[in-house]
Amino acid sequence: MSGPILQVQDIHTGYDGIPVIHGISLEVNQGELVSIVGANGAGKTTTMRAIAGLMMPYQGTITFKGVDITKMPAHETMKIGLSYVPEGRRLFSKLSVRENLELGAFIKKDRKEINARLEEVFELFPRLKDRADQTAETMSGGEQQMLAIARGLMSKPALLMLDEMSLGLMPSLVEKVMDAIVSINKSGMTILLVEQMVQEALEIAGRGYVLQTGKIVQSGSARMLLESDEVRKAYMGL
Amino acid sequence: MVTFLQVALDGILSGLLYALIAAGLSLIWGVMDVINFAHGEFLMVAMYLSYWLGFLWKVDPLISWIASGVFAFLIGALTYKLIIRHTIGKSAMAALLATFGLSMFLKNACLYMFSPNFRILNDTILGGKTFSVGGVIFSLPQLATSLFSLGVVALVYLLIKKTRLGWAIQATAMDKEAAELMGIDTERIYVLVFGLGGACVGIAGGLLPSYLATFPDVGGLFSLLAFVCVAMGGFGSIPGALFAAILIGLVEAFSGFYVAPVFKYVAVFGLYLVVVFWRPRGLFGW
Ligand SMILES: Nc1ncnc2c1ncn2[C@@H]1O[C@H](COP(=O)(O)OP(=O)(O)OP(=O)(O)O)[C@@H](O)[C@H]1O
Ligand SMILES: [Mg+2]
Repeated sequence: MSGPILQVQDIHTGYDGIPVIHGISLEVNQGELVSIVGANGAGKTTTMRAIAGLMMPYQGTITFKGVDITKMPAHETMKIGLSYVPEGRRLFSKLSVRENLELGAFIKKDRKEINARLEEVFELFPRLKDRADQTAETMSGGEQQMLAIARGLMSKPALLMLDEMSLGLMPSLVEKVMDAIVSINKSGMTILLVEQMVQEALEIAGRGYVLQTGKIVQSGSARMLLESDEVRKAYMGL
Repeated sequence: MVTFLQVALDGILSGLLYALIAAGLSLIWGVMDVINFAHGEFLMVAMYLSYWLGFLWKVDPLISWIASGVFAFLIGALTYKLIIRHTIGKSAMAALLATFGLSMFLKNACLYMFSPNFRILNDTILGGKTFSVGGVIFSLPQLATSLFSLGVVALVYLLIKKTRLGWAIQATAMDKEAAELMGIDTERIYVLVFGLGGACVGIAGGLLPSYLATFPDVGGLFSLLAFVCVAMGGFGSIPGALFAAILIGLVEAFSGFYVAPVFKYVAVFGLYLVVVFWRPRGLFGW
């Protein structure tokens, strides 16, 4: 396939008719790891929700794998290969690790394929295998984050969207999660990542977008953004 | 001793029937936070269907429960589609009042069509048959209905706990948006859950005419007891509802027999009050 796998063109959206995203455009190409960074309340999560189909844009278009998904609800975007791991993990807390993972593959019907996916994510996150029968709520914060990512991978998506994976984790765990994201990307998965931890997110990404009050204020290669004075001043306190 | 066992048996058998009615209510509550006030009227409508099938075409309740179950499934699904769906996101009162209105509508529609008369099916296969074990008398239609109810409750429980569809239902109950992100069409889950809740009560209603009279008000007491089972057992918990239902059946039977028949609901609702004061979330709260 030629052209970007995800193309967002000038979307506007918000809550209860009050816009918080004012014309965002971005694209993600096959195999890339792209980061969207910005401060609290910049509109990162809102952008991701609009792409995933949890909320509808007021204006603009979203195209995924050549299909117009602007108005497609979340349970259908999932079916065509778009997996969103939401902010705050949103695990099914009373269900076991295995049941959470099974639900990640809910759109798959072939038992063999589901088992193969389970083996793959267990290989990636061996802790989850040891704790497969434990309920999600009894896992530690780091393990829960791993589970959220693993659940997002179970459907073998064409695009994995990760929202604020570092939230509530201590620095050493953030590093582990970032390493996991890099290795998932290396295995060929296209990833769109949203982070408040600007430095960490840009260090692992190929390209990045800087979001400020609902608009993209800078974009380009992650290296360039990391070196840009504005980014360093505004987000890294340098 | 024989009397004691007899009363206990009667209590347990009633309790198992209440459990099935309560399971439907509990399922709907657990997934959607909606109390279906028309639940008893679903039961009543299902009883009428079974009664008329028996009266007009000599279909036995042992077969009619299938039709009643399917019919109540459809009523449940339609109730969701036509009424409940439009109350989501509004105050919890909206769904409550809407189902209350539906219950009035169904009751009065049946009153109008079928008159307030008590209708009893004669010559059903199990009708009036009994057997006794060591002096304890088992009424065959009641035994069959109760064991069947237990079986259906167990199936619903297994469906929820052990199947992928059941996990999807639980996921929708826990976090609707996250469920959508798994590719679960939560709208369809809601239709299905309301339908299943209806089917539970519909199956019970299909079997009941083999030993109970059908009339427009028959659902009232059953739905009240089912509500008590659900609240006592813990909203959304099917094992809780089953446990509470058997407890209520026993309390009802023993207080009715050893104190006075008019005392039995004093005892049942007294127990209910004690339980909700002691554990507001019920015995097995989610
Ligand atoms: N459910 C909601 N209802 C109303 N306004 C909301 C809602 N969620 C977010 N907003 C508003 O939309 C704006 C963007 O929020 P969003 O959650 O997208 O930011 P974010 O960049 O993800 O922030 P964070 O880094 O804190 O996660 C904020 O001003 C926020 O107050
Ligand atoms: Mg956010």
